[in-house]
Amino acid sequence: MKDNNSDVIISVRDLKKHYSGGKVKALNGINLDVHKGEVVVIIGPSGSGKSTLLRSLNLLEMPTSGTITFDGVNITDPKNDINLHRRKMGMVFQHFNLFPHMTIMRNMTIAPIKLLKKSRTEAEKTAYELLERVGLADRANDYPAQLSGGQKQRVAIVRALAMDPDVMLFDEPTSALDPEMVGEVLDVMKGLAEKGMTMVVVTHEMGFAREVADRVVFIDEGVIMEQGAPAEIFDSPKTERAKSFLSKVL
Amino acid sequence: MTVTVWFDKTADTFYRCFIENAYWKWLVDGFKESIVITVFAVLLGFLFGIILATVRCSYDKNEESLKLRKGFGYHMLRFANGLCKLYITVVRGVPVVVQLMIWYFVILVTQNNSTIVAVVAFGCNSAAYVAEIFRGGIMSIDAGQFEAGRSLGFNYVQTMFHIIIPQAIKTVLPTLLNEIIALLKETSVAGYVGITDLTKAGDLIRGRTFEAFMPLIAVAVIYLITVVILTKVFGVVERRLRKSER
Repeated sequence: MKDNNSDVIISVRDLKKHYSGGKVKALNGINLDVHKGEVVVIIGPSGSGKSTLLRSLNLLEMPTSGTITFDGVNITDPKNDINLHRRKMGMVFQHFNLFPHMTIMRNMTIAPIKLLKKSRTEAEKTAYELLERVGLADRANDYPAQLSGGQKQRVAIVRALAMDPDVMLFDEPTSALDPEMVGEVLDVMKGLAEKGMTMVVVTHEMGFAREVADRVVFIDEGVIMEQGAPAEIFDSPKTERAKSFLSKVL
Repeated sequence: MTVTVWFDKTADTFYRCFIENAYWKWLVDGFKESIVITVFAVLLGFLFGIILATVRCSYDKNEESLKLRKGFGYHMLRFANGLCKLYITVVRGVPVVVQLMIWYFVILVTQNNSTIVAVVAFGCNSAAYVAEIFRGGIMSIDAGQFEAGRSLGFNYVQTMFHIIIPQAIKTVLPTLLNEIIALLKETSVAGYVGITDLTKAGDLIRGRTFEAFMPLIAVAVIYLITVVILTKVFGVVERRLRKSER
């Protein structure tokens, strides 16, 4: 596939992440382009490097070598202020990571107020609209400890959206949830995809991948083994690794 | 009969120890001195301690990524971290009375106000302990909190300030109270450098009246009451802070 540069928002080139002086190779030469409005779902066995890849995209993991270009800027270059670029990349974690000492409203407004210099009223208005979208407007003044797992994760998603990001990164967003709460979170993500948000999702929810993804990327041993449309990957995987992985999870 | 004799004797001692020559004023002044030293030493200790803790934690948390960036920052932070470690080791390894005398007779020998010297000595001593208390508190906050802050675009210092430290303070509050109590009682050695604190005042009364029991018990009771009040106040603060979690 020839690069259509105007369309590419994240471009990863020969990305490597080694631990313990090179003994552990979590990522071993990843090349990946994410286009605007695309939903990329990353799957793979545990320890394959898929979370490391996702966390490298906003430099929560510092890559050992290689480059990541976001919106035309090489963010792996220490000269570029990563804090500015992170504002444009929302991230949702497996364990929600809401701030327990702040109300839901404060969780959602602190970054827009402190970083985007929005006024409190403006930030709260946006937060309120976002909370309404995920059906939690009535919980604005509660603390995270008062919410269920599914509710916390929905708040975490809209907290990231409050920064008006260009890309959303999801790191196993439903893995820590009770089964009956998975649906409500996936529904929010589906809605987001339908609105045209660029998303990179690491997940074990193959149903979600099949239904929502534009592209599925299968990773094992720190390299991309195979990628393509969901139907291609799920119905006729080419590599043995993908076949054996999918036979276990589908 | 014997009870009245005992009572008369005690009343007489009490009179001689506290009322006669207005010796009670010595205790009040001494208590004031102890409190002033404690309050300012606590402030200095906390401020300095938090700085030490922040440097130590910055190094522990960022070592990996800074090493990869190979910048000047890594070496600077490494040096600062080493310096903080050395400071904490030395301060924790030397008795506070010895430190106090070193400050008074050596480092700040030109400073005439011995209260200031005591504040500096006790504050710098306390900082080492506060630093380790805070470091423990900061390190105990889930790494995910830190990542969530950074992923929103907060830099390291902003994440610390808005997200990590407010949570850390809550967890270290009981241990900090311990440190304040210890500091209050440690100031009782201030007499070594000619300060008339509460302990010294009691001791002076003992020297004048040749009565040991009454003034020393009075001193003990005053310390005890102060500590009980401090504990109560901290209990209220702690409950207030915990409210947000339910």
